[in-house]
Amino acid sequence: MLDTSSRPLSPRFEPPQLVTSPPIVRAIGLHKRYGRVQAVADVDVEAYPGEVLGIVGESGSGKSSVLRLLNLEEQADSGTYLLNTPVLEGQDLFALDRFRRREVQIMNIGVVYQNPHLGLRMRFTSSGNIAERLLLTGERTFATLREAARESLSISEFPLNRMDDPPRVLSGGMQQRVQLAKALALRPVLLLLDEPTTGLDVSVQALVLDTLKRLQRERHMTIILVSHDLGVIRTLADRVMVMRHGRVVEQGLTDQILEDPQDAYTQQLVHAKL
Amino acid sequence: MPLLEATLLTKRFYIDHLQREIEVFSNLSFSLESGQFVLVGGANGAGKSSLLRCLYRTYVPTSGRALFNSALGVIDLANAADVDIALLRRQEMGFVTQFLRPRPRVSALELVAEPLVDGGMAWEQALEQARQMLYSFGLKEALWSAYPTTFSGGEQQKVNLSRALIAPRRLLLLDEPTASLDAATRNSLQNRLSELKAQGVAMIGVFHHPEDIQHLIDSEIRLTASQEEVGYVAD
Repeated sequence: MLDTSSRPLSPRFEPPQLVTSPPIVRAIGLHKRYGRVQAVADVDVEAYPGEVLGIVGESGSGKSSVLRLLNLEEQADSGTYLLNTPVLEGQDLFALDRFRRREVQIMNIGVVYQNPHLGLRMRFTSSGNIAERLLLTGERTFATLREAARESLSISEFPLNRMDDPPRVLSGGMQQRVQLAKALALRPVLLLLDEPTTGLDVSVQALVLDTLKRLQRERHMTIILVSHDLGVIRTLADRVMVMRHGRVVEQGLTDQILEDPQDAYTQQLVHAKL
Repeated sequence: MPLLEATLLTKRFYIDHLQREIEVFSNLSFSLESGQFVLVGGANGAGKSSLLRCLYRTYVPTSGRALFNSALGVIDLANAADVDIALLRRQEMGFVTQFLRPRPRVSALELVAEPLVDGGMAWEQALEQARQMLYSFGLKEALWSAYPTTFSGGEQQKVNLSRALIAPRRLLLLDEPTASLDAATRNSLQNRLSELKAQGVAMIGVFHHPEDIQHLIDSEIRLTASQEEVGYVAD
């Protein structure tokens, strides 16, 4: 536990006054335990329409666990999770049965993992990977599926002459673009990115970040981005949550977190990385 | 009420590993009307840039208030929600430095147009205004579609100022934008700032060479490094 008595408390700001639209993502009181490890402890996540929220922290801080909960891959031990869309408004997604949960996930949430093996079938064609996503919605016409895959790959800036190559023969940067195309195929309200550029070399990383930035600007998507890389966070995120030992220790505007961190741990993290 | 009214604004940094507080400025009170230009003066280290950063909320003010009369209502910049500040940054408040953060594969034109697009304008129209802005800052037309990552320092500054001053703002925070500009660019900047002032934009600025913008200055906030006699000098 951090000793909070010896330092000023994190600032508590007023509730929003000028922004009148409600958050599109509202997850309150998330808890998740794996065996004896409390991975996520009393975490609230709120993201507003069109906003990029970053989650930073070192390995084991619980940031990826939060993302898995938000992706409905795992059940929280406690907490509620609301997505404010016309269909889902007021519905706690954790309370849904698993079939409905899966359906909600497919129709509303896109995800890009650090490890493309988690998100893609490496031996299918790239276009097939995306078409598969559309098949889940009941679409069966070959021409429609192919056109949708093409469009999705194209906005992800994937070279279309390679759309029938399987991901396993593609470079890391290309694999991330296929994941992104798959994530965007059904126009999700929420895009989750788990270390999307970690492991790519720096120049490729910059290009993938640029694609994400463009898409975000053009589509006004709400994005929640997990990364330990403060450069990535600085490039993409509007606001940042800092996690440690499963808890949120500080949150704020990205530039404020990086330039005037209030919490002792955040100060350490920022100074270690810059 | 004025556009901005700061009351007893104070900033201290608490550095945990030193277990120390560093005072930057304290109990600063001043106000600013639309169309007014206030110079922030004082020696190096007196906290001039920090004051601008506190108003923009890159720094969290330690205490005090900064009431901003936004188009959407009066709000305290020192205590407003992060999302409200983010909204004001997209629509009403600009921060101008001398540094550009170019991104790979984003052209000069796009970089300049982005703040307008973020404020809700269509790309076509935003790009048209971006062309005019780059033209007025004298960036060679051949470079408009090129990537500023490869530009010279002077060319980057033109893109930077075009980007920072293109979108309509009620309040501009200027952090030494004239430092190391060539004469022509400095001249374009002076013209743009007078134009904005005439349109009613309020500005607070730190300038190494205030003589560059002497004719625009309405009053001055003087910060003193000792912090004992922080005062507000109006003329």
